[in-house]
Amino acid sequence: MLWIDCPWCGPRPETEFRYGGEAHIARPEPAATDDAAWADYLFMRTNPKGVHAERWMHREGCRRWFNALRDTVSNDVVAIYPMGAPRPDASGDEAGDD
Amino acid sequence: MRFRLKEGGRIDRTQRLRFTFNGQSYEGFAGDTLASALIANGTHLTSRSFKYHRPRGILTAGAEEPSALVQLGEGARTEPNLRATQVELYDGLTATGVNAWPSANCDFAAWTGRFAPLFPAGFYYKTFLWPASFWKSLYEPVIRRMAGLGRAPEAPDPDSYDKMNVHCDVLVVGGGPAGIAAALAAGEAGARVLLVDEQAALGGALLGLRHHVDGADGAAWAEAAANRLATMPEVRVLTRTTLFGYYDHNSLSALERRTDHLGPRAPAGTGRQRLWHIKAGRVVLATGAHERPLVFADNDRPGVMLASAAQRYVNHYAALPGERAVLFTNNDAAYEAAHDIVEAGGTVGAVVDCRPEPAAPLAPALKQAGVPLHIGSVIAATHGTKRVRSVTVAKLGEGGGPSSEQYRIYCDSVLASGGWNPAVHLFSQSAGKLAFEEARGIFLPGQATQAVEVTGAANGSFGLAGCLAEGAAAGARAAQAAGFGDGTAPPIPSSDAPEPGAITPYWLAPGQKPVGHGKAKHMVDHQDDVTAADIRLAAREGFRSVEHVKRYTTVGMGTDQGKTANVNGLAILADALGKTVPEVGFTTYRPPYTPVTFGALAGRDTGPLMDPLRRTAMHEWHEAEGAVFEPVGQWHRPWWYPKPGEDNHAAVARECRAVRDAVGILDASTLGKIDIKGPDAATLLDMIYTNAFSTLKVGRVRYGLMCGDDGMVFDDGTTARLGENHYLMTTTTGNAAHVLEWLEEWLQTEWPELKVYCTSVTEQWATVALAGPKARDVLAALAPDMALDTDSFPFMSVKEGTVAGVDARVFRISFTGELSFEINVPWHHGRHLWEALMEAGAAHGIAPYGTEAMHVLRAERGFIIVGQETDGTTTPHDLGMDWIVSKKKPDFLGKRAWSREDTRRDDRKQLVGILTDDPGTVLPEGTQLVDRPGRPPLPMIGHVTSSYASPALGRSIALALVKGGRGRKGETVHAAPESGFVPCKITEPVFYDSEGAKRDG
Repeated sequence: MLWIDCPWCGPRPETEFRYGGEAHIARPEPAATDDAAWADYLFMRTNPKGVHAERWMHREGCRRWFNALRDTVSNDVVAIYPMGAPRPDASGDEAGDD
Repeated sequence: MRFRLKEGGRIDRTQRLRFTFNGQSYEGFAGDTLASALIANGTHLTSRSFKYHRPRGILTAGAEEPSALVQLGEGARTEPNLRATQVELYDGLTATGVNAWPSANCDFAAWTGRFAPLFPAGFYYKTFLWPASFWKSLYEPVIRRMAGLGRAPEAPDPDSYDKMNVHCDVLVVGGGPAGIAAALAAGEAGARVLLVDEQAALGGALLGLRHHVDGADGAAWAEAAANRLATMPEVRVLTRTTLFGYYDHNSLSALERRTDHLGPRAPAGTGRQRLWHIKAGRVVLATGAHERPLVFADNDRPGVMLASAAQRYVNHYAALPGERAVLFTNNDAAYEAAHDIVEAGGTVGAVVDCRPEPAAPLAPALKQAGVPLHIGSVIAATHGTKRVRSVTVAKLGEGGGPSSEQYRIYCDSVLASGGWNPAVHLFSQSAGKLAFEEARGIFLPGQATQAVEVTGAANGSFGLAGCLAEGAAAGARAAQAAGFGDGTAPPIPSSDAPEPGAITPYWLAPGQKPVGHGKAKHMVDHQDDVTAADIRLAAREGFRSVEHVKRYTTVGMGTDQGKTANVNGLAILADALGKTVPEVGFTTYRPPYTPVTFGALAGRDTGPLMDPLRRTAMHEWHEAEGAVFEPVGQWHRPWWYPKPGEDNHAAVARECRAVRDAVGILDASTLGKIDIKGPDAATLLDMIYTNAFSTLKVGRVRYGLMCGDDGMVFDDGTTARLGENHYLMTTTTGNAAHVLEWLEEWLQTEWPELKVYCTSVTEQWATVALAGPKARDVLAALAPDMALDTDSFPFMSVKEGTVAGVDARVFRISFTGELSFEINVPWHHGRHLWEALMEAGAAHGIAPYGTEAMHVLRAERGFIIVGQETDGTTTPHDLGMDWIVSKKKPDFLGKRAWSREDTRRDDRKQLVGILTDDPGTVLPEGTQLVDRPGRPPLPMIGHVTSSYASPALGRSIALALVKGGRGRKGETVHAAPESGFVPCKITEPVFYDSEGAKRDG
């Protein structure tokens, strides 16, 4: 069970949240996007061993979306930041070192 | 109780308890476990083994027990596969050994042992393969009946279970000397401490030893410590509680057994067990160690047990393991077990030590007591059938094989010790890494991933003094890390236990014949009947990964997760592969540490409390009318309303006719309703729906399809414009929450600049659909001030007004094809409105109709149901609904995906109608469609999505998704239900009133 520090409600157990997949995937301008790029936007996601930027929504609480950096090896949540904000620098190797 | 000592032990001799095991009556004392009481009565044979049905006895005295598994109790309360070593005895207890028929003593299936060559490792991949049809009908049922362990209860569980959630600064797991010291240190520092231990009382290994702490008997010291902990307000101690799961972020789960030890005397109203969900700041694991069995020929015969188990039965339960024991060891510490037996008045026939030059400190004392020592020797065979009667001891020769110097020694119990394995299960579950220590042949906790520290024997400190010191230091450190105290450990109590002494890892003792030859079995995994020969076979067959060997041989895959088997099995595998143990690696421990009853995991969330039930304002009326209910999400909706003597078909047909010929009334309150407000509401809807809503006039209603950005339909419904910046959206019943989340997600993540609020109002408005040619007449009687003619109140518009004396919103929309009004009133007026409509409609023959009639009516008219005609891979074009896809809007969700190659294919599955050649045949929904009959496998061209008997058409109708179906109208295809091939024709997916002539009445 992860414990996630909702920026509005404080630390709450994972079961109160909805996972929203990889963060920072902006919807491209459809007319300016070819089929391959559109498919990439729809279907392709990174799956890093290490720090992963992802979206969460506090479904059973404030129902607000936010971004988090989570280490997929240790499950440590190393940063939480608002939607639209750039990905912060996180200690830890994004590619994973073990 | 022939083997009960006259004095000593920690049992209560004033309380005699009667119990029945395998049909025989016994007596024991309060404080016994089922295993200790059986041993006190001289019974070692408990059950039969999993695969070969070999006689099995009690190997251990604790949670690691692999073989003495019992079926406890009878009827609804029976519980399978409990470890006899952990079942506390109570008066009237009844139990039987598992996997034996008719009994462990006379087991019918023991003949399987004689066919052991048929069941080698991975036998299910090799034998019983032909003929193929025999597997399902014969081999598998027979093998499953003969293998398997106990029986699950068949009646509902009469007990209740609770769940607890608790936060603590320091969680200490294990109430032995290290755990007690840690809890005392952390508790005295002021931290909020939770100490859990699986035994009935604190003390851990101390309860089975004769050592002293601070001058007191170990158990007395533990009791005093428990009393001290009880005075600390921030400390909670849970005994009879097994911490079974260590999850992420220091979330842990424990099972507390509250009444199991009381049997039928359990107080009424007390939950049987409690599941504790623990969130800990720091965790101190003081989980101790498990003694490792030695692997030797026929080492699974009843009477063979761990040395420490025998020691515990003598010291804790005052029960001798038998008349005459032989100790087989590779380490000094095990000599203490033989010593304690001699001290207690028992007889030790010999000590067999595989080491060439052991120097155990207790050896001289044993020699003086007349116990012969056989050094550089092994037990090469055990003799007897259901109990060991003697052993053959062989001096080891050059190269480690048995020499010709052999002795037969009479004994009825064998105490075996291969050293100790730290209980690193929970640490491993926490994602901590394990490190192998060559000298003692043990896995130790390595790098931790979470805020956890391992201490005492679990950390490889097998001496008592070390446990006490390490535990206190760990407790103080954990408290400090949580913000309490300065990390200084309190004074360490003194103790009189000797250091554990020397050990030489020893993995496989040779028998009289080479391993795997002859009848003798070198048992590694007692629960799954995995032998050393099986592991070597796997290695010979090319298995290299320990994970593969585990799954192929099933070593460590029993309910005990190989607590006694894994390290031995791994070392034997490493030897067979010519590798070191660390090179071979180690399998991962997973929760639960010991099995957990489903009842505890379910807690109170059973029956009606399992999931909330949502009822509409008219629910009681439906119940009173005898409606049959259909679960839709969490809602219960009337399915049909059978009249006396009607079956479901008759009821549905009557309800359909009422709507087509007169008027019907449907409770549509469960449809999702979302109130959408704000200056950008129209902009949002234009992006969400495939058609335009900014062009919708106030007071008008439009049907819309919602797609994901992948172009696939995921919801539909009507949305009304109530004001310039105010819309009311309806969604399908089951998808309401999902659609609201969908809107919120886009608003918060992609279009935060849009000023829109979305609010669920599903439960604010009760909704009644009034449908049929007489609908206008019925409504007119209740809404005299509302103009209902087609010009004043056209199709797809909304009016606010008064219906049946209450404020109402009335929508002219139709899901049946008939003239229809959907009347919304505040929820608490729902029943009033419903009854008023029933009364007003009585003269017109009004009939309530349920969801089944609704489905038939909409299918006749060719209206889709999202989730039935669609499955997440269906586009609006596949449904033939191009008319609802805007050509003018530059962008909306789904649009871009339709120009992708895959969504432009001509052979996509498209919605069509299906009419069976035989009008009486109603195809099952989901039936596959093929071009022509034949022998499977056949190319499948589509499937039936909806199928009904249509009262309006007097025949069956169906909707289907068929590859390239729109171009195949009029062609004959074949449906393939289980009964055979059914010829049918592809048609338009509209069967009734395709011109829409009836919608205005």
